[in-house]
Amino acid sequence: MVFAPTSEWTSWGRVNRAPHHVARPTWRQDIPAVVAEGRQRFPSLLPVGLRRSYGDSVLNPAGAVIDMTGVDRMIAFDPATGVLRADAGLSFDALLRALVPRGFFLPVTPGTRFVTLGGAVANDVHGKNHHGAGTIGCWVRRLGLLRSDGREHDLGPDDETGLFAATIGGLGLTGIITWVELSLMPITSTMMDVETIAFDDLDGFFALAEASEQAFDYTVAWVDCLAGGARTGRGLFTRGRHAAAGPLEAGKAGGPTIPMDFPGFALNGLSIRAFNALYAWNGRRTAGNSIQHYQPFFYPLDAIGQWNRMYGQRGMFQYQSVVPPDAARDATAAMLRAIASAGEGSFLAVLKTFGDRPSPGMLSFPSPGTTLALDFPNRGDGTLALLARLDAIVREAGGKLYPAKDGRIPRDMFRAGYPGWERFASHVDPLMSSMFWNRVGP
Amino acid sequence: MTEITPQPGPRLRVLILGGTSGIAEATARLYAAEGADILLVGRDRTKLDTIAADLGVRGAGRAEVAISDLAAPADAAAELSGFAATLGGVDHILVAYGILGDQAEAARDAAAAERIMTVNFNSAAAWCLAAANLLESQGRGSLVVLGSVAGDRGRRQNFVYGAAKAGLAALVEGIAHRFAATGPRAVLVKPGPTITAMTAGMTRKGLLWAKPEAVAAVVRRAADKGGPVVYAPWFWRFIMLIIRFLPASIFNRLDI
Ligand SMILES: Cc1cc2nc3c(=O)[nH]c(=O)nc-3n(C[C@H](O)[C@H](O)[C@H](O)COP(=O)(O)OP(=O)(O)OC[C@H]3O[C@@H](n4cnc5c(N)ncnc54)[C@H](O)[C@@H]3O)c2cc1C
Repeated sequence: MVFAPTSEWTSWGRVNRAPHHVARPTWRQDIPAVVAEGRQRFPSLLPVGLRRSYGDSVLNPAGAVIDMTGVDRMIAFDPATGVLRADAGLSFDALLRALVPRGFFLPVTPGTRFVTLGGAVANDVHGKNHHGAGTIGCWVRRLGLLRSDGREHDLGPDDETGLFAATIGGLGLTGIITWVELSLMPITSTMMDVETIAFDDLDGFFALAEASEQAFDYTVAWVDCLAGGARTGRGLFTRGRHAAAGPLEAGKAGGPTIPMDFPGFALNGLSIRAFNALYAWNGRRTAGNSIQHYQPFFYPLDAIGQWNRMYGQRGMFQYQSVVPPDAARDATAAMLRAIASAGEGSFLAVLKTFGDRPSPGMLSFPSPGTTLALDFPNRGDGTLALLARLDAIVREAGGKLYPAKDGRIPRDMFRAGYPGWERFASHVDPLMSSMFWNRVGP
Repeated sequence: MTEITPQPGPRLRVLILGGTSGIAEATARLYAAEGADILLVGRDRTKLDTIAADLGVRGAGRAEVAISDLAAPADAAAELSGFAATLGGVDHILVAYGILGDQAEAARDAAAAERIMTVNFNSAAAWCLAAANLLESQGRGSLVVLGSVAGDRGRRQNFVYGAAKAGLAALVEGIAHRFAATGPRAVLVKPGPTITAMTAGMTRKGLLWAKPEAVAAVVRRAADKGGPVVYAPWFWRFIMLIIRFLPASIFNRLDI
């Protein structure tokens, strides 16, 4: 009874839809019984959070999933040290609401606050401060991991078995993260000092990145991926830091929600072009210094709930790569050229350089170099052909793709990008699996 | 959604009977964000402690628990004043416990039917009457009680549960009437189907299922303002209006 069939079950990208069996426990102490029942009834299980992953790493139609979002309580918080211990299903949104007024912020946050602690750790998420702070895994002090044999492990960076390292970025495959103990970061204001600067080409981007990373905690750039020729790689560079003084106020709850799928034609090349032009114009208009609340700075897309529905019934692909520093400039230029010539626009082209702070995670995505993230509406074969061209560029440059965003990477490309995958596979729980792992695993 | 920020000045003291109910927990989180002092009453100490710890981190001034079998109060008045004393006085009382029961079983087995009525009506009525006296004696405060849209018209699916909730509705309306010219207030909140542990076994198809957070926002507001009967979410008021006025000749042919 705890696993109920659902007809509609998708990830954020909504390309794959399949009926699933889903259990949604509400108490941490109930999870072992859920796993025990799942073990009896299904060939495999997969824990999931708020399903903000784009591809098939949160899908498991061949088995069942355990939706962790009902297990969402905080266990303890010490304001003297800033250490929070909480259930894995707690969202960043709830965490921020409770702790921002007391002067604490997430040490690392992705571009949406609707992610769970467990999901963030299992993808080892990064943010705009990767060059200084590394990934979320760098800030995990301990975590609880329930394996399908019923044993719960209390793991920290001192773990010598490798299970902690495998679980950070472990894509839910090493077991169920039941709780996480995280070091939060003190802040004295919820406002951000932000500076936005336009750049004309990729050289401009790299120069700004280099000049900004010492003095600014957060950096990111938006690139107009429809601009070709001499203007390839033009965009807007944003850098910011927490303001030293100001109010301590958590932001407002979510904004309007997109109630239904947009028809496919809404996102044709023309509307993307118009959006990009508008965005660029708006960026130039507001270029310069500003002070803004952390919410629009970190979470601009959260203002529109379910914006993924803009891409219509067929959904979208997100494509995020990282390429090493030596190859970064040429590979990024080559990708932007391939996109411009394919005429497949991307609403969002986000460019950032990763720093060299290592993550404890075995399968962690970030590594030194430049990362480019792109959204493409799913138009079938044409889109897949473009993504395959991008794959070739990334592989040639010695780069890799981010599993959280992926739904189609070829097995050999995954393995080339993650040489630790075999060591990782030895820590995979025998009962855990996902569509992603079926595709790329052993 | 509106943002509630901690109020300067004395903290609100909130007593919740049935602290582990999904709607109660979601409501308690809203109170915690305001910095209120909260006492959770129920039977399961582990779950109550888990919730209390969470409310503490979420900003509650105090979050404590008391263990009691609410369905079988020996002396509701005495116990209630004990809870109030633990809090150092009480501003809001929320009666949130209840069981859905199994209608088919209740039709066969008198003991099962009686259990549904005892938990959802008899015992709840005892707490409400005691709360009414307490609030009247202090001349202020709110009593908020969770009813159900199921109490608006008996349906074959769950009419024992519905009857108990209908009885509770009449009782709370009566208390609100009695309070009308004085300080305290009493409100019955009638949620529609809500996604909580209570309904975990049901197929939650259709658009009318509400999240506990949405119902909690109504419950929290009801303690401060609004009429003696409030639907949650609001649209149930109109749906139930129609359902109540359907002639039996039509209603009895519908599979609802
Ligand atoms: C608008 C937007 C912006 C984003 N920006 C960024 C960004 O800047 N940086 C970045 O790194 N990512 C980014 N992402 C991706 C997102 O941060 C990650 O996918 C994140 O992990 C999602 O968390 P979730 O709770 O939704 O997890 P899910 O997507 O539900 O799950 C993620 C993975 O974690 C596993 N998992 C979930 N819960 C548990 C658990 N309790 N125990 C074990 N495994 C578990 C799942 O099996 C899955 O493999 C963005 C996504 C969106 C939609």
